[in-house]
Amino acid sequence: MRLLWLSALACNGNAHSLLNYPGFQEWQEDFHWLYHPLLPSRYTFPEIEKGIEGVEVLIVDGTLEEGLIKNRLPYRELLLRYGDQAERIVTVGTCATFGGIFAQGGGGRSGLHFEGDEHLKGYERFWEKTVSLPGCPVQPEVLAGTLSIIRRRDPLPLDTLHRPKYFYAYTIHDGCTRNEYFEYKIDEHHFGTLEGCMFYDHGCQGTFTHGSCNKILWNGVNSKTRAGTPCLGCTEPDFPREGLWRTPKHMGIPARMPLGVPRRAYLGLAGIAKAFRIERFTRPLMEDEGG
Amino acid sequence: MSSTTERVDRKAKKREKIVRTALKLFAKQGFYTTTIPEIAGKIGMSVGNLYNYFSSKEILAQEIIREISAYLGSRIREVNDSDLHVREKIRRIVSIYFETARNEPEMIDFFLRVYLSNREVFHEGCEGMICVNEFVTEIMIFFDDGVANGELKNQDFFSAFGLFMGYLGGMVFLNGERILPRRLESYIDDISENIYNALKVP
Ligand code: SF4
Ligand code: SF4
Repeated sequence: MRLLWLSALACNGNAHSLLNYPGFQEWQEDFHWLYHPLLPSRYTFPEIEKGIEGVEVLIVDGTLEEGLIKNRLPYRELLLRYGDQAERIVTVGTCATFGGIFAQGGGGRSGLHFEGDEHLKGYERFWEKTVSLPGCPVQPEVLAGTLSIIRRRDPLPLDTLHRPKYFYAYTIHDGCTRNEYFEYKIDEHHFGTLEGCMFYDHGCQGTFTHGSCNKILWNGVNSKTRAGTPCLGCTEPDFPREGLWRTPKHMGIPARMPLGVPRRAYLGLAGIAKAFRIERFTRPLMEDEGG
Repeated sequence: MSSTTERVDRKAKKREKIVRTALKLFAKQGFYTTTIPEIAGKIGMSVGNLYNYFSSKEILAQEIIREISAYLGSRIREVNDSDLHVREKIRRIVSIYFETARNEPEMIDFFLRVYLSNREVFHEGCEGMICVNEFVTEIMIFFDDGVANGELKNQDFFSAFGLFMGYLGGMVFLNGERILPRRLESYIDDISENIYNALKVP
């Protein structure tokens, strides 16, 4: 399958992430790079500007900016030309999808179809064929896996933001090893020394962030929340929020509830759970019984 | 009505009667001086039969506090579900509390004189705030909404909770001791205003 990768304002994080895909070598035998900024490709960027044929999947990376010119042509012209040519478009990473980090740095910046959660109309004719793969960066398995599914023309169910459900129907909270501490409302007050859940004080957005970080571990080893740093919500339209290591609260009550959980239900359960002081959860796991 | 539902119905009514009677006695004479035979006697049922409903005096007292909490919780929930300005919401909550103190004085008496004073009765079964969960949850929701709307100052929950509920409890206590020179209701405006001033965004 022939791929064209175009980067706007980008840090190359998504490209590096793909290079970390454990099965990368085998995987790429099924794909041909017409152009990729880092990988051996059939064409050079000036040739892309001049015009090529045969693009099957257009991969859009990085934040778009009004009037952006990468070399000679307005970037928008390239997007329109190859967007029409491609069967599918994949926005890779949060920048290309929602605007992300680079959209914080200036006006007129957005993702292909979104500025945060606002649906833009500038590339509306491509909406139906677009798949959104947000993440900062995208997980390698999510990008490689989605492209493989597209290549096989297998069904690819999407959510309302066009994120593939196979990877984004879950929350980061799903599979986090700190779930027990969440259940009994025990925060980790000491980064790095005591296990605990970071929902209450330390800004963890895992319970309302869609993604597979705790199902498909990064580098096959770990995830942010397992390692003890909060989920920053990088797959969501409002990423990045201010104060990522703090939980916004109203008189001690988390301002945002876990996905779909009514506040009354949450507070009722939390009140009950908090009443029990369970010793096991108040000591570091690696400490032996004697202290 | 089938005989089974009739029986269930009768049992529920009896249970309710026990709770009501015990509430009155506990509130008036305290937890320790009130005995199970006394409660049973008042209702005209045997001691053995009462134990079929509640296996101990402690469990009966715990049930009572749960019911009080559910009652106050449901009243405050109506306030929370309304679109009123926070100032008016405070007034309503104060009114509910004082109204309850007047119409159901045993409820508030039980809360202050048994639940808060005989903590050992509630240690097992009512850990933390479990038995007053419904009430506390509604107060939390009231605060949360107030802060979210920019009307209340964002501060520590217990500092705000203590200020609000401690104040009301104190006034009802003074009223019960017949120390207040005026009727409890006549303080609603001033007290609501004080609470609002203390909790609002500066
Ligand atoms: S640390 Fe975050 S992801 Fe883990 S259990 Fe707590 S809320 Fe969920
Ligand atoms: S844990 Fe959260 S912030 Fe980290 S990569 Fe996953 S979705 Fe993004």
